[in-house]
Amino acid sequence: MTLATASERSGSSGSGGGRWWWGRRRRTGDDGDKGGGAARARVMDHGAWFLVLPALLPILVLSVGPLLYGISLAFTDSQSGRTEPTEWIGLLNFQDLLHDTLFWDSFRIGLLWAVGVTVPQFVLALGLALLLSQNLRFRWLARSLAIIPWAMPEVVVGIMWRLVYNPDAGILNETLRDLGFGDGRDWLTGIGTALPAVIVVGVWAGMPQTTVALLAGLQNVPRELHEAAEMDGAGAWRRFRTVTWPALKPIALAITALNFIWNFNSFALVYVLTNGGPGGRTRLPMLFAYEEAFRYGQFGYAAAMGCVMVALISVLLAVYLVGRLRGGDQR
Amino acid sequence: MTRRTRRPARAGQYLALLAYLVFLAFPFLWLISTSFKPARELGSLHPTWIPKDPTLANYRQAFDEQPLLEAAGNSLIAALSAAVVAVVIATPMAYVMARHRTLLARAATGWVVVSQAFPFVLVIIPLFLVLKNLHLINSLPGLIMVYVVWALPFALWMLVGYVRAVPTELEEAAAVDGASKLRTLVSVTAPLLAPGIVATALFAFITAWNEFFFALVLLKTPEKQTLPVVLTHFLGAEGAADLGPLAAAAFLATLPSLVVFAIIQKRITGGMLAGAVKS
Repeated sequence: MTLATASERSGSSGSGGGRWWWGRRRRTGDDGDKGGGAARARVMDHGAWFLVLPALLPILVLSVGPLLYGISLAFTDSQSGRTEPTEWIGLLNFQDLLHDTLFWDSFRIGLLWAVGVTVPQFVLALGLALLLSQNLRFRWLARSLAIIPWAMPEVVVGIMWRLVYNPDAGILNETLRDLGFGDGRDWLTGIGTALPAVIVVGVWAGMPQTTVALLAGLQNVPRELHEAAEMDGAGAWRRFRTVTWPALKPIALAITALNFIWNFNSFALVYVLTNGGPGGRTRLPMLFAYEEAFRYGQFGYAAAMGCVMVALISVLLAVYLVGRLRGGDQR
Repeated sequence: MTRRTRRPARAGQYLALLAYLVFLAFPFLWLISTSFKPARELGSLHPTWIPKDPTLANYRQAFDEQPLLEAAGNSLIAALSAAVVAVVIATPMAYVMARHRTLLARAATGWVVVSQAFPFVLVIIPLFLVLKNLHLINSLPGLIMVYVVWALPFALWMLVGYVRAVPTELEEAAAVDGASKLRTLVSVTAPLLAPGIVATALFAFITAWNEFFFALVLLKTPEKQTLPVVLTHFLGAEGAADLGPLAAAAFLATLPSLVVFAIIQKRITGGMLAGAVKS
């Protein structure tokens, strides 16, 4: 969400020079400072410290500090409302976690969810972005409507889709009944349907950000190349493969990687839709860790879960990004 | 992109666009429709898109069942304070990050990116413990502090972009004219940044207004809770009778975000900047 917006903002404000973050960094590199820039670069004067401090202090105290504290908690037996002092217990939490099948079930569901949401989100958003970059009538209207899900509180998105999925008063079952597909079902409480139903909501909720980021990326596509390829008789698919995709690829990689992280860490949507049910079928790792920490008060253990989540997700992402970048070089 | 698209292809494009819009819009329309349906209609097996017997009873009932006004007040205080504080402290830092290429500026950029990957659990447990020691649990100031730091990464990211879009020539010209550094910042750079700062603040406002997880963990009593948390109280009992007020409250809670979002969307900052460079 964040990066995409930032890019969009800087894009709309950019008068030539500042267009898109990723693109700009690559193209113009280190030419920000002019003239005496090199001399100014290394030494930051007192004025600059004065400008930085108001933001730096809160970041250190309320973000970096807690993060380190959180990691250290993973090696303790910290619990909520305990009277005896917290003690270091080394790797005990991680050992327990290794044998905690419930956690690994949850982790597996988290991965299924994150991939299941991120991939369709990307494909659908790419389609929408390509459409919105065409010279269609009512494009402005479509652009405004398409980002509405972005503005909604996640809790409201959850509530909305609960109304859609509602077995009796919901529009989904009613439509199925009208089309003659039987009586429909209770989507969110069915063992087999809960996770897919929740994934659809995840895709829906994340489409605007992805679309905006890709639409931004499409502005990097050289128009002349496109026209030249068309003159040469390249079909739409060829043009997409050879002209659009190479220019779009950096942004596509960045946004899918970010989406994957955001989706894996998502909480509110599923909390409202199913609260992890039925029988833990939609219990994402975040829900699991939340319950462990704030229902059962196992702070140390929950922190260990957090650490394992970050570590494994980082490894997966690294593999994904390295693989993709390699693939690009070979082609 | 291509001007000479064939007619059937064009029709296909409109059709695809329509399909997208239907997919993106129908849940919201259903929410609005549900909010105007009387309980009797919500209990019937064949719901319709347009309420047969539209009523405002759900809205009245929603306010009776949960302290929506207090919750909206809490949300407003939290979101507004967080947005203002975040922008006030982020703007100077973003300026340094954009104009100076120091180690610190690089570390800050790194933090902006890395902070996106934290799972909230890892941050919320220590924050909870720290705020508890400061007696800031179940209080809006505690939540606001968390929201400020949580809003900083994207605020910095957006603002760095805006600062870069302000040409250094303008600042250099002011320096040549004998303006001090501070004077230049205040009377040359700041006005040009203003639209970007406002857009950033509004975006921070929406994010805080919509936020759920931190509010759920940090606010315990109903009179302190923000709108998203109070909305989940409607979900308590799974009765069909509750759907109406639930939809009504959810719809109302969304309106401020939608309005603010519409404002930032329309904001065009490019024009002002182009003018400044020309003159």
